[in-house]
Formats: sequence, structure tokens, C-alpha cells
Amino acid sequence: MTMLMNSTESKTVSQVRDYVSRRPGLRGYLLLSPTLMIVGTLMLIPVLGMAVMSFWQQTGHMAFDMSGTLNNYVEALTRDMYRVLFLRSLAISGLTTLVTVVMAFPLAYFIAFYVKRHKMVWIIVVTLPFWTSYLLRVFSWKVILGYNGAVNSGLISLGIIGEPLTFLMYNPTAVVITLTHAWATVAILPIYVSLEKIDRSVLEAATDLGDSPFMRFVRVVLPLALPGILAASVLIFIPTVGDYVTPSLVGGSDGYMIANVIQFQFGRGSNWPSGAAISLTAMTIVAILVGVFVWVARRMSGRRS
Amino acid sequence: MNSGTGVAARILGTYAVIYVAYLYIPVLFLPLFSFNDSIYISFPLRGWTMKWYETMLANDALHRALINSLKVGLATAFISTVLGILGARAVTRYRLPGQKPVVAIIMLPLVVPEIILAMALLMVILRAGGSLGLVSISAGHILLCVPFAMVVLMSRFEGFDRSLEEASYDLGENGWWTFWRVTFPNVLPGIVASLLLTFTISFDEFIMAFFLGSTEPTLPVFMWNQLRFPKLLPGVLALGACILIASVFIVLIAEWFRRRNTLDSQSGDVIIG
Repeated sequence: MTMLMNSTESKTVSQVRDYVSRRPGLRGYLLLSPTLMIVGTLMLIPVLGMAVMSFWQQTGHMAFDMSGTLNNYVEALTRDMYRVLFLRSLAISGLTTLVTVVMAFPLAYFIAFYVKRHKMVWIIVVTLPFWTSYLLRVFSWKVILGYNGAVNSGLISLGIIGEPLTFLMYNPTAVVITLTHAWATVAILPIYVSLEKIDRSVLEAATDLGDSPFMRFVRVVLPLALPGILAASVLIFIPTVGDYVTPSLVGGSDGYMIANVIQFQFGRGSNWPSGAAISLTAMTIVAILVGVFVWVARRMSGRRS
Repeated sequence: MNSGTGVAARILGTYAVIYVAYLYIPVLFLPLFSFNDSIYISFPLRGWTMKWYETMLANDALHRALINSLKVGLATAFISTVLGILGARAVTRYRLPGQKPVVAIIMLPLVVPEIILAMALLMVILRAGGSLGLVSISAGHILLCVPFAMVVLMSRFEGFDRSLEEASYDLGENGWWTFWRVTFPNVLPGIVASLLLTFTISFDEFIMAFFLGSTEPTLPVFMWNQLRFPKLLPGVLALGACILIASVFIVLIAEWFRRRNTLDSQSGDVIIG
């Protein structure tokens, strides 16, 4: 900005300019301010608005009693339906996170330690699906697991089963299978990066000091890979708790998750304050769980090494 | 090292190949059935046909959805990349007090469930008397895309040799010209990569487009609306196959730009922030 000004600028402007250029932190923030403002407007204001809304009471279409009440939170925490959906969402994402990370680890390990050439090709191949449509990746499981889907019709045409299997879809298992596949590509990179950073001479030292390959893995590789494992877990757990597309497409009524009820309250349910309170409760629970998880994991690894 | 290494390499190598197959095969069912000459998405395959692609190409509503997606995608790519350039430049060039929490706030949309961001935006827009449409969808997409633009551009700005800028100053160029003639050409591949990746994210995004849109859908929302009608499914598969190929193509170009002339071949850090 300051660079655009020509020599006819007034004295005050040049004073401001001097002041700014002597303070690199201020210049940096000036440069950063448009980005911060946009993110602030599009995220912080709406989320704060949601927080305020959660203490209101819906009285009609777009009409609210703004006197302030905790009822929405009491409901969010005590109504059986919400409790079931909260617990189910947490269980589904917890399981998804565990399976995804466990499955991704050997692959990340392989790329970090065994691939010598074309490492980037491997990385691109495993991350490419991340950039393709999430909706389509989820939809492909509807095609695979559906009543007339690929698995059922394939097994029937091979003569292995006579009737379509109905337990494949519209249940929490289908949601976990689909989420695990849809988020697989997110888990690999953070784990790979933390493995790649490990100094190879540390591994040699462990071997020279008599560690078996297994002990070396447990005592050296795993603790050093922990930041990547934690990052991968958090990056999968938080968004999947609030996933809407997967439960809607393959979950059925038994596989509905908390996002479905949030959407309902803001949509046909027409109870925005309740939707807001459920959203914030969900975010708070997730934040607490993630905090505890990261803390415990760090403590455990600290004690071992 | 020892004799176990060869065996381990073989086991892990086999696992890696299976894993990649697991990543790709489910998605490949979409193009597979899109060429199947049957209204039912099931085995056995009835024969080869292009008719689902022909029906798709003849669909006017789909054309409008495509135009909507392109408009939103281009606006999102341009605005979030500009914001990404400013942000990335600020955090790599200056040592900002409180930089970590500030960057964390910008990255936050990566981890907050999209449905909550979408509902919060919806609520604020309607309360403020705003209207829903392509503009509100773009606003949601910009929020989701800025973190990606920042990460892509930050790694490019960081990899850039500061002494080139200093040389330019020493040779008498001012800040503005140094940026245009030295910094900009050096980070250009990162900018192109950011434009392409943010466009892809916006083009494929569903939640914001679904809840912040009005009667005129983007392509993913159009597809979602078609899912309710079983007889339209093959056409959806054809459309899906085209979208997948387009995304893959754009991302490969973006990766090529992003890794061009960079020494740190390990910068596979796009999605981990």
C-alpha cells in the first residue's frame, strides 16, 4: 500500500509511513489484515452469533425470545434422542479414526523407509483422492453396498447368495466403512511426514546398542512418529463427528449422526436456538475429548522415552 | 542390515499395493457402471453404451449447474488465492507477535465440522436480511479455501531465497518493483497451484453449496437432487465420472506447478497445515 504512493504525499502520510516501516510487526499485520478480516467475518462472527442464538427461544418463524435461557443446553444434554446421537457420532468417528490411522501407518512407513526413488509419485498417488469429490467418494459406497448394488448383485450373479444381503447398508457399520475409505487419504501424509523426519542415524544407534528391529520400532520409531499419528487422528476425528453426507447417504435412520439433527433444527425443525445449542455442545465435547486425547498421548510417550 | 529387511520390504510393498487398490477401486465403480447399458446399477454388466453420457450432455439444467459451479469456483479461487498471498507473505516475511494463534485461527475451518460452519453462516446471512445464492455459496467456499491457499503459498514463500530480494534492493529497486520483478515470478508456480486447488475444492464442495444456495444449484447439488430418482442414477454416474476425471486432471497440473523448481521435494504438506 505504502509503495503505491508518489512523491506528492503529505507530511502526515509520510510520518505514518515511517512509523509503519519502523515496525515490521505492524507492517506484517497490515498485510495480514484482509485475510484475517474475511476469516473473521465468515467464521468468528457467525460462530459467535450462533453462541448468542443458543441462549434464545424460538417463538415463531424468524421470531425469538431473546431474554436468555439455558433450556436449549439442558435439552441438548438430557434428551435421550440427542444423547443417542452424540454417543453414536463419537463412537462412529472414534472407530473410523482408529481404523484409518492403523491402516495408514504401514503404508506411510513403507513410503518413508522403503521407497527410495519416486517417493513423490507415491505421495501424489495416495493423496490424489483427497482432492476428488467427497460426495462422489461416499456415493460410490452406496453403489457398492446398496440393495441392488455391486456386492449384492455380484454375489447373486456368481450364485453365492440367493437374496440380497440387507445388512450391508443403512446402519452404523456402513457409515464406518464409508468414512474410513473417504478419510483414508488424510491419515497418510501427517504420519509420513513425521516418519520421514526421523534421523536415520538414531535408528542405527538403536540397532548398534542391541535393540531388535521390533524393540527399535516400539522404543524409537513409534514415539517419534507420535506427532504425526496425533495430527492424523485429530484431522479425522473432528470433521467426521460432524459429517453430514455419509450418514445421510448410507446411514439410514439407524446410522443418523449429530449433523443430521443439527441440519433438521435449522431446516424443517425450525428451531434455530436448539440447533445452535446442539452445535456448540458438539464442538465443546469434541474439543474436550481431543484435548484429553492429545494430553494423555503426550504423557504416555513422554514416560516411555 | 539384516535378513529380516527383505521380507519386511516385500510384505510392506504388497500391503502398499493393496492399500492403493483399496483407495481407488471403490471410486472406479462409478465410471464402470456409467458405461453399462442398463438402468440398474448392478452386475452382471449388460453391455457397453454411451447413452448416459449423451443424455447428460443434452440436459439443460445440468448446463446451468455447470455454469454456476464455474462462476463460484473461479470467484472462490481468485479471492482465496489473493487472501492466501497476503497472508502467506505476511507470516513468512515478518516475525509477527502472536503469529501462531493468528495462523491457527485462519486454519480453523479445516477442523470445524462443515455443517456447523454452514449453519452458522446461514443463520447470520438470513438474520442480516441477506439472500442466498451464488454469492453466499462463494463466501462459504472462500472460508474453506483460504487455509489451503495459505499452506500452499507459505511453503512456496518459505522456499524462496530471501537474498534475491535483498540483492534487488541493493541494486536500487524499490519494494513494489522488487515484489513484481523478483518475488512474484518466484512464487508464481505456488500461485497457479493455489488457484487450481482452491478451484477444485469449490467445484467439488457440497455442504456449503447445498445449504447456502437457493434455487440455482451448483453441480454437486444438482447431482444430489438427482439421487432421489432411481431412473436418473446412470446419468448421475456419467456426470460423476466426468467430475472425477476433471478433478484429477486439475490436481495433477497443480501438483506439477507446486513441485516445480522446489528443492524441498518433501513438501507434501498440503493437507496437514
